[in-house]
Amino acid sequence: MNAILAISAAEFRIALRNRWVAIAVAMMALFSLVLTGAGSAPTGILGADRLSVTVASLTSLAVYLVPLVALLMSFDAIAGEVERGTLPLMLTYPLGRVEILLGNFIAHMLTLTLAVAIGYGLAAGVAIWADPRASAGVPAMVRLFWTSLILGAAFVAIGYAISVIARRPGAAAGLAIAIWLVLIVLYDLGLLAAVVTDDGGRFTTEIFPWLLVGNPADAFRLYNLSASDATAAAAGVGAAAHAIPPAYALASILLWPLLGLGLAVLAFRKVTS
Amino acid sequence: MPNLILSRLTKTFGVTRALRDVSFTVAPGERIALLGHNGAGKSTLMKIVLGLIPFDGGMATVLGAAPGDRAARRQVAYLPENVAFHPALTGLEQIRTYLRLRGEAARDAMGLLDRVGLADAATRRIGTYSKGMRQRVGLAQALIGKPRLLVLDEPTSGLDPVSRRDFYATLDGLAADGASILLSSHALTEVEARTDRIVILSQGAMVANASLAQLRQQAALPIQMQVRARDGAADMVAESLGGARFNGATVNLNFAPDQKLARLTQVTALGALIEDVEVIPPSLEDIYSHFSKQVRP
Repeated sequence: MNAILAISAAEFRIALRNRWVAIAVAMMALFSLVLTGAGSAPTGILGADRLSVTVASLTSLAVYLVPLVALLMSFDAIAGEVERGTLPLMLTYPLGRVEILLGNFIAHMLTLTLAVAIGYGLAAGVAIWADPRASAGVPAMVRLFWTSLILGAAFVAIGYAISVIARRPGAAAGLAIAIWLVLIVLYDLGLLAAVVTDDGGRFTTEIFPWLLVGNPADAFRLYNLSASDATAAAAGVGAAAHAIPPAYALASILLWPLLGLGLAVLAFRKVTS
Repeated sequence: MPNLILSRLTKTFGVTRALRDVSFTVAPGERIALLGHNGAGKSTLMKIVLGLIPFDGGMATVLGAAPGDRAARRQVAYLPENVAFHPALTGLEQIRTYLRLRGEAARDAMGLLDRVGLADAATRRIGTYSKGMRQRVGLAQALIGKPRLLVLDEPTSGLDPVSRRDFYATLDGLAADGASILLSSHALTEVEARTDRIVILSQGAMVANASLAQLRQQAALPIQMQVRARDGAADMVAESLGGARFNGATVNLNFAPDQKLARLTQVTALGALIEDVEVIPPSLEDIYSHFSKQVRP
């Protein structure tokens, strides 16, 4: 355990020095505040409290931003060590490869937690300051916070798998962006196209919900939307949210970090230097 | 029991045979120099000992365990060739991390850096260090705990002559405490007085495994003698000794090592004709190339 924490401490210090912590916090804070400002208009029409509306906007934001930040932090973890030539020495130390990955994981999750907490905290602060009824939205905000972290954990873990498999930082960066594009952007577009083509057939009713819940980002969105009636209307894929029990979506987002880490560990075990 | 046992160790990369039936042992307190050209198999051998890469045939035992076993890794220290660290960390932070990874107290870091002469630069980022300074950080991490086997890949590259001497003095201290040392080098001149035994690899095969004195004997390379004659006596000296004259007054002789005493007697017999005589043994470079040229089919 001491070894894991030693790696975490060093990696977090590196993240601080490389301005990664500052960049992640600034990104989350900036986007959260912009969305809070933009989301203030429809409050009266929907009749929901201001914080619940903020949560709905932040959910849509988090689906894009949290995986991106997570991948950008993690793709370099092992590939960077290979490139710098620091990995062989590390591998001769009496610690397991799982411990090396977990040490990195703790440091990156700490960075992500800081960024998400500050970003959402600012947005929540503004909402509560502007609307006395906003405390009604606090449970939704808390849920968004911890599910965002699990979503981030999933993509940090996927980032490690990419980092181990690609071996070189350049290739890992390309792969990370490709994975982000596919899982976050193209996946939904593809499903949408398939549903439109299918026109209410077997695919739409039986396969589509599973494909949706199988993607960590979609599962995250489904879980947050289905758990909050006030925000269901805000979502494009909201209709599907009712077809899938929230527990399935939750199980999916909980499973992905384990899946990613498992894949990363398996690939890392095969690395010889 | 030796700290390191290699028996008929074989490693193949594709069609290249990186190591061929290499067998030797390293006893506690023994300092072994591993010599060979680039690509002779030195780094490959070291990486196998460390468990970084698998081997194809033969046997390797490190401190009673398989290479790379956690039990072995606990007591083996490694200094890679061109050692690198994260440039954003300071030397002190880096060594503190390594100490914790070995389960040692992080507060020992300053003492270790002081031992390698980096105390003044300890709080500077490694990104600002020179190559020699990075090498010393590498050495500091190799001294952590009480390693029983040190594997050092070209440890003195980038070090100035004074640092080199300090480095070997540190190694002597470790060996005196019973640690085994396996270090690689390009140059025989450098490891001459600092190691107990020399192992030479050539194209993956071990072509020598002996002390320098024994290698000198085995090689049986010709000895050179330069005899300087008194004025006007050069031709006479050359004729009676049967050597080649050069530089006007000097006569050059080449002969096998076992003829040394006989030759010296011949020279002394000429008495007053001789002004001076110099015996030049084969150089370390000659001995090294003699062995590294030998390759098994």
